[in-house]
Amino acid sequence: MIGSETKRAARERAARLVSLFESGGAQAVEASMLQPAETLLDLYGEDIRARTFVTSDPIRGEMMLRPDFTVPVVQMHMAGGADPARYTYAGEVFRRQEVDPDRAVEYLQVGLELFGSDDPAQADAEVFAAIAEALAPLKLRASTGDIGILVAAVQGLDTSEARKAALLRHVWRPRRFRQLLERFGGRQSPPAQRVALLNDPSPLADAGPLVGLRSEDEIEARIARLRDDAATPPLAETQIALIDAILALKETAPNVLVALRDISADLPAIGPAVDRLSARLEALAARGIEVEDLAFEGSFGRTSMEYYDGFVFGFSFEGRPDLPPVATGGRYDALTRVLGGGHGIPAVGGVIRPEVLLAGEEAPA
Amino acid sequence: MTLRLGIPSKGRLMDKTVDWFGARGVTLRRSESEREYAGTVEGIEGVEMVLLSASEMPRELSAGRIHLGVTGSDMVRERLANWDQQVREIAPMGFGGADLVIAVPQAWVDVDTLDDLDAVAAQFRAAHGHRLRIATKYHRLVREFLREHGVADYALIDSQGATEGTVKNETAEAVADITSTGETLRANFLKVLTDGLIHSSQATLFKSRAAEWGDAEREAMRELEARVER
Repeated sequence: MIGSETKRAARERAARLVSLFESGGAQAVEASMLQPAETLLDLYGEDIRARTFVTSDPIRGEMMLRPDFTVPVVQMHMAGGADPARYTYAGEVFRRQEVDPDRAVEYLQVGLELFGSDDPAQADAEVFAAIAEALAPLKLRASTGDIGILVAAVQGLDTSEARKAALLRHVWRPRRFRQLLERFGGRQSPPAQRVALLNDPSPLADAGPLVGLRSEDEIEARIARLRDDAATPPLAETQIALIDAILALKETAPNVLVALRDISADLPAIGPAVDRLSARLEALAARGIEVEDLAFEGSFGRTSMEYYDGFVFGFSFEGRPDLPPVATGGRYDALTRVLGGGHGIPAVGGVIRPEVLLAGEEAPA
Repeated sequence: MTLRLGIPSKGRLMDKTVDWFGARGVTLRRSESEREYAGTVEGIEGVEMVLLSASEMPRELSAGRIHLGVTGSDMVRERLANWDQQVREIAPMGFGGADLVIAVPQAWVDVDTLDDLDAVAAQFRAAHGHRLRIATKYHRLVREFLREHGVADYALIDSQGATEGTVKNETAEAVADITSTGETLRANFLKVLTDGLIHSSQATLFKSRAAEWGDAEREAMRELEARVER
């Protein structure tokens, strides 16, 4: 349990951070602690159950203790906010822990979200710089990445749309992503059962009675897709190597930019995403961020829950691997498209954890 | 003080447990009244029998209210976080064997593996507007297994019994359930995925890491372990 002294100090720090973001032009907003479970489950999938506290009442059904503010703030903005808009908030979030008893189940988050700006580079830089400034006197290690470059690279692969869609669906699940790459590259030969199925002129003839909602038409459609895929030539080794090169990038941002320009000679589809990175670095420099030393990792942010699909960043205390990152954030345009039923808005934001901030300040390395 | 040994309170699991200990010179005798959940232990000093439902055994072991307990290895893995830090496996007992597996309709000729299940889940969601539902009572084991294997776009539906029937009843598209011979699955027109084995379970004697171990309990444990190893 957290002592009341610590809790009070964290609340005070949270309030100061909110004031700071307000003075930067953000509007302070609130969100309910209980959120409808269905929205979150639909968005994040079954995994969210492992990470959130689920409760219920007979009228509203299943509710979740908010795991973050992103969803309610996006919904609030979509219900009537004018673009562009800046919001800030502070409050508890709740994370169920199934494995690590040392991880916090409830903690404060102070957030800054920016919606609807038509200049993504400027918006990315604004949020990053605002959070960097709020944490300014501390010696922190900033890490950055850009899921948008990986997404653009997949879209630019010389293969079928079905294969690209399968890869894009698993950008946030590195292991499955890797398996798909290897399969599409023809590194695994298909199992005998699969070969037999595809050679069978009427595969459903001896299938026996069909139970459940999935129809015969759906099964036949999938077999047709499998046949198409079997006829698709393997993804070239050189193309897989380009994806690997992007994922392995780990350098200062300017060096990464040079490397990406090289890669884009072989994979021109990433050009616009690389231009966005370049514009973002300029916008960051213009706001006084020392981009020369800024760390960039090609795989950063791929396993987070937040479905970031562009710029991603995090701040951690140096020499304190025992502490989680003190701040994290990124761009999540795609998530707003899902929440808005196809209508999305450009969105970028970040959160600070005041308790981690205080713990890091108290005992510097 | 005595060593508290948790024994399943009913059914085949109880009978087999009594036989297993009997073959090792430890006689577990339930009290005369069938309704009373108590009994005596003969053939070893300092051991007390505690009759419990197999599903409560993990909780009692975790809390240290019993020193030893017999239950399925699936129960312990499903109900205890970091189970191996809370309990230790003393002996697999060779009965109560059953596999926790993922099964789909036999007529899904295009689905043999988890990889197929994942692809079908995406297409099912697009076609039906909701996630592919998997009925189970082993939520944690199934979710961890599917996460580890990168399966997305599914939802778990709670089913505490007659799980194999949920597909025919159209309350689920697939099941994750315990099976020993696969007969019930086949009778309900379901088949197991080739890589769909989540856990091979059997009745297991567990030791609690949280229970208080005094000299008397340790002495009884040494004696019991000598019998178990024989």
